[in-house]
Amino acid sequence: MTGAAIVGAAESDLGVTDKSILTLQTQAVTRALADAGLTLADVDGLATTAVARFSTTQLAEYLGLEPRWVDSTFVGGSAAESMVARAAQAIGAGQASVVVISFASNQRSARSRNLTGMLEEHLPEAQFETPYGPLFPLSHYAMAANRYLHRYGGTREQLAEIAVAAREWALLNPAAFRHDAGPLTVDDVLGATMVSSPLTVADCCLVTDGGGAVVVTSSDRARDLRRTPVEVLGYGERSTNTSMTAVDDLTRIGARGSGAEAFARAGITPADVDVLEVYDSFTITAALNVEALGFCGEGEVLDFIQGGRIRPGGALPLDTSGGGLSYCHPGQLGVLLLVEAVRQLRGEAGARQVPGARTAVAHGTGGILSAHATVVLGVDR
Amino acid sequence: MNDLPVFAVPPADDVTAGWWDATREHRYTLQTCGGCGHVQHPPRVVCIHCGSDDDLWFAPASGSGEVDAWTVVHRPPRPGVAVPYTIARIRLAEGPIVLTRLDGDDWRIGEPVRVGWVDLDDGRALPVFHRDG
Repeated sequence: MTGAAIVGAAESDLGVTDKSILTLQTQAVTRALADAGLTLADVDGLATTAVARFSTTQLAEYLGLEPRWVDSTFVGGSAAESMVARAAQAIGAGQASVVVISFASNQRSARSRNLTGMLEEHLPEAQFETPYGPLFPLSHYAMAANRYLHRYGGTREQLAEIAVAAREWALLNPAAFRHDAGPLTVDDVLGATMVSSPLTVADCCLVTDGGGAVVVTSSDRARDLRRTPVEVLGYGERSTNTSMTAVDDLTRIGARGSGAEAFARAGITPADVDVLEVYDSFTITAALNVEALGFCGEGEVLDFIQGGRIRPGGALPLDTSGGGLSYCHPGQLGVLLLVEAVRQLRGEAGARQVPGARTAVAHGTGGILSAHATVVLGVDR
Repeated sequence: MNDLPVFAVPPADDVTAGWWDATREHRYTLQTCGGCGHVQHPPRVVCIHCGSDDDLWFAPASGSGEVDAWTVVHRPPRPGVAVPYTIARIRLAEGPIVLTRLDGDDWRIGEPVRVGWVDLDDGRALPVFHRDG
């Protein structure tokens, strides 16, 4: 137990919105506060990224807030999970009482996404990697998949199960971008357009607008609010690399460390987890995360996920919203992993509800397997 | 590899100038710590093994290594770039891992490679690895 709990959670509009970042941010924040039974006037802590260079400052002004605690640590897709850790610490230290963690992007409407990422000429990568023309982040994940399949003898067919299962979940989620797209097959994934081998477009996440927010407060205060408190039981973080060449072994990722610390702090093991929400920017991302978090042994994940284990009704429900692959991927999925975990733990997930879910893990992955943050959540019921 | 670099190579900086200068003579070097012997790439102002910031120098390197991982890029990172082409991580004999292009698309992890050069307009050269033997 950390003494902090998530008491509100919401999505902004998702998909193709034709709305501005600040509009989507405001939707996410005000909807999450309404879910908690709180208002902007209750907020004294704010954490967000990707609004502007001064992200929290910008959003706070836009919402008419003067927060006494802010965090805009930019670590990509794991930012929201990291912010849960920071929020729990700030609340414990008396630096804030009600923290909102938010993210939103209009990248699909704004056509702001490209295949090279942000070129920063002053960094070593600009001299030593970018000149060769890797796709960023895609080619790094592709090389991780190449290495993993070689090392452990797995197949692209096995890896495709991540995307096939994500689609099964999306078919149960009316908010999912691919809700009406029908089932996906292994042949569909393998036969899709190759982007950076061995990954096809069907191994890659969506590019959509979207966002979300969660509200964190002390466990004491949480008991007086309208929703079942979702306790923050543990968290852990790792930062490992920004270039494609720093990490010695592409198949061993920082989620090992972040996960081990999060489970230790929570006093549980992977066997205790009812719902697992891991970042799935690519099929290989989710596979590496499941393995690194300790749900199976080293080199075993592609066998482990077969046979329906991660699909609806399976023993390890994975990415139950449909994930970045079939639900929504606004550039940083992290906050939406938390939103889905909260809904599952509160029993509000409708057709995709995991019966009796009491413990969930949300795990964010930023950059090119660069930043890793794990949050263990639980409810008493 | 006539299409390299895909993106212009920025000018060398205070730390990397010595490394790029060697490429003008097609010499492959790696930054080495005179104190502990650690070899690192990219060059830095500190040895990330022992923490020393003096006696870092560009030692002659073998220019040989093996394929650590590779991917064939089928979509251009910017308009006008011809695809497909192969990107790979190379594990150098001295230890560091570097990025490169590779010829063709039929590679195996562990295959030995050796450095070659693509001359840049400004007199520097970009190292590009090829099948060795």
